[in-house]
Amino acid sequence: MRSLTARRAPQPAGIRRDPAPTRWSYRYQRLMLTPAFRALVRIGLPVLLIVFIATAWITNEANRAMLTAQIAALKAAVQDRPEFLVTGMEIDGADPYLTDAINEAVQLTFPLSSFDLDLAALRDTVARFGAVRDVVVRVQPGGTLSIAVDQRVPVAVWRYGEELRLIDAEGVITGLIQNRGDMAALPLIAGDGAKDAIDEALALFAATGPVRPRVRGLVRMGERRWDMILDRAQRILLPTQDPLAALDRVIALHEAEDLLERDVLVVDMRNAARPTMRLSEPAVAILRRAADNQ
Amino acid sequence: MRKVAMQRGVIAILDVGTSKIACLVLRFDGPERFTTVDGVGPMAGQSSFRVIGAATTRSRGVRFGEVDAMAETERAIRTAVQSAQKMAKVRVDHVIACLSGARPRSYGLDGEVDVHGAVVTDQDIGRVLAACDVPDYGAGREVLHAQPVNFALDHRSGMADPRGQTGARLTTDMHLLTVDASAIENLLYCIKRCDLELAGLASSAYVSGISALVEDEQELGAACIDMGGGATGISVFIRKHMIYADSVRMGGDHVTSDISMGLQVPLATAERIKTLHGGIMATGMDDREMIEIGGTTGDWELDRRTASRAELIGIMRPRVEEILEEVRLRLDAAGFEHLPSQKIVLTGGGSQIPGLDALASKILGQQVRLGRPLRVQGLPQAATGPAFAAAVGLTLFAAHPQDEWWDFEIPAERHAGRSFKRAVKWFKDNW
Repeated sequence: MRSLTARRAPQPAGIRRDPAPTRWSYRYQRLMLTPAFRALVRIGLPVLLIVFIATAWITNEANRAMLTAQIAALKAAVQDRPEFLVTGMEIDGADPYLTDAINEAVQLTFPLSSFDLDLAALRDTVARFGAVRDVVVRVQPGGTLSIAVDQRVPVAVWRYGEELRLIDAEGVITGLIQNRGDMAALPLIAGDGAKDAIDEALALFAATGPVRPRVRGLVRMGERRWDMILDRAQRILLPTQDPLAALDRVIALHEAEDLLERDVLVVDMRNAARPTMRLSEPAVAILRRAADNQ
Repeated sequence: MRKVAMQRGVIAILDVGTSKIACLVLRFDGPERFTTVDGVGPMAGQSSFRVIGAATTRSRGVRFGEVDAMAETERAIRTAVQSAQKMAKVRVDHVIACLSGARPRSYGLDGEVDVHGAVVTDQDIGRVLAACDVPDYGAGREVLHAQPVNFALDHRSGMADPRGQTGARLTTDMHLLTVDASAIENLLYCIKRCDLELAGLASSAYVSGISALVEDEQELGAACIDMGGGATGISVFIRKHMIYADSVRMGGDHVTSDISMGLQVPLATAERIKTLHGGIMATGMDDREMIEIGGTTGDWELDRRTASRAELIGIMRPRVEEILEEVRLRLDAAGFEHLPSQKIVLTGGGSQIPGLDALASKILGQQVRLGRPLRVQGLPQAATGPAFAAAVGLTLFAAHPQDEWWDFEIPAERHAGRSFKRAVKWFKDNW
C-alpha cells in the first residue's frame, strides 16, 4: 500500500543542493566575519552582561549587607583560627613597678587574634613611659605577645622643688620617689640644669673617695657649676672649669690635713689659684684667741 | 580601488560563468617573498598571494556569459561568496570579476607623437596613448581593456618599455576591447547588491589566456580557446600581450541541450550523461557500450531506456564541431595565420571532452594542446581543473595587472581649464 505521509522527492541526478543564503543571513555572516564585531560579540557582550548583573545585584541593600556579612564571617573564620590566637603577654626587661605600669596601660583581654593586635600602637604606648628606653613588641610562635623592654636605670635622684625625680645616665627622668630613703644608694643632685650635667655629677661622686659617706649631694649653681654639700652643712664650691681636679685637690687636702673634719663651713675652690675657706664663727673666735695669745 | 583592496590584504575573485560561479578569496602577504634575481622574474606576482577560500556554485540566471536574471545571479554570487568567505574565515569587501560574454570586440589602435625633450618620459607615453584615435565603437558599449601592446621609437619597433630611451618620434599600438555596457552594468548591479565593491573587471577570455598559456606561448604567439558553458572565449597573445579577443556565443550548455533534446532527457540528466560518457571520436567499441539513460517518470519503458555511446557522440560531435568552426572563423578573421607561431590551447570546462584535441587539431590546425591553469598557492585540488582557468587567471590578473591606458597620466593639455579637478585628483591619489 502506498504510504500517505509525504516523501521528499528524490534529488534530481547531477544537481547538488546548493541553496542560496538569504540576503539577511548573508549580511549576518559578513557581519560576524568582521574582526571588530566578532571581538565585541565574543568578549564585549559577556563582559557587559556580567557587569550588568553584578551591578543589578549590588544595588540591592539586602544583598550588599549579606555580602558584607559574608566577608566579615569569612574573615573572622580565618582570623580566629588557633594558629593566630594570642593567649598571653610576657614583659621582659622591666622591673616590677614598670611591669605593673605597662600591664595597666596595655589593657588587653586574652585570648585574642593576632590580626586584632595593633603592634605599632602597642609599641608607642609602651615607649611613652619615661623609664623605657626602647621596646620590641612581637608575637612569638606559640601565641605569646612578647614585650621586650630596655628599661632605663636610674643613676641619681634629682630634687626638683618638692619632687624627688629619678634620672638615668642620659639625664632622662625615669620616675618619681616619695622619700629620699627609697633610693638611698643613689646620689642626690639638685638645682636648675642639674640633669643636663649628670655625667659630670656622676664623675664627681665617683671621685669623692673617703668622704663619700659624708656627701649629701651636689647642687647645680647658676646652671654652670657644682656645689658639693656634705653633712654638718659643709659646702665645697667647685669651679665651672675642671671641677674634678678641684675636688681631687680638696680630697687630697682632706686626706693629708683632715680638712673636712675641721670646723670649716665652705671650701671655695672656684678660683684655682686662690682656694678659700670659710670657718664657722666659734672656730674663727678660737683662731683669733690663739693668735692673740701668741 | 584595486590599491585599496591590496592594502586591505584580502580580495575576492569572482568568475561569473554560465554553468558555474567560482569565488576565490586571496590574501596578499605584502612584499613578495621571491624577489627578482637575474633571469628569474617575480613569477608574475604569484608569490605574493595565497588562495585562502574557494567555492563554486551552480550558476543561475546567467546565459551566454551575461547576466540574464538579476535576482538569480545575485543569489548565486551570494552563495559563492558566502561559502568562500566561510572557508577563508575572513570578510571580503572587494571583488575582481570577469565575464565571458557581452560580445567583446577588438580594435587595434595606433598613435604617434613627437617626443618632448631628449628621452621618453611617462608624460610622453601618456601623450602617445592619448594620441590614439579611438574608433567609433558604438553607443551602449564600454571599453573593458585598453592595453598598449607595442611601442616604436623612430625606426625601432617592438619595445616593451621605451621610457628613458632617446628618440624623436614615438608610436604605439594599442589593443582596445569593448563590451556591451548593459552586461557590465547588470553585473555591477548584482555585485553591489551583494554589498561588495568591484575592484576590477576583466574579460574571461583574456584571463584564461594568462593562466593557461605558458610563457613562451604568450611570447611567440598563441590562441587560448576557453570553452565555457555558454560562451567560448578566444584570446590571441603575442609578445606577452593580448592582441585580439572574441567570444563565440556557444558552449557546453548547448551540447547539453542537444543531448537533452536528442535523448529526450531532462537537462540535469543530459549534463550527467555528457560528463560521464561524453566523447567526440567514435570507435567501434562505442556501438556496444550502452548508457543507461534513466528517468523518474514512473513509466518503466521510459525510465529503462538506453542509448549507445556512439549515439551520444553522434549528438555531441556536430555541436562541438560547430563551435570549433566558429572559433576557426573568428581566428581567421583576426589574421591568426600570420602569427609566427600558431599554437592553440584549449581550456575551460568544455575542453575536458575526451577526444577534443584530436577533433580540434583537424579544424584549428596541428598545434593544439589542452591547457590547464597555472598552479597558484593554496588553490584546492578541486579547483585546479581547466574549468577554473578563468578564475586562476583572474588571481594572476589581480596580483600582477598589465598596464592599461588609464594607468598612465593623462597628458596635461587634455586638462586645460580643469586645474581644480586636477588638484582634487592629486589629493585623491596621494591621500
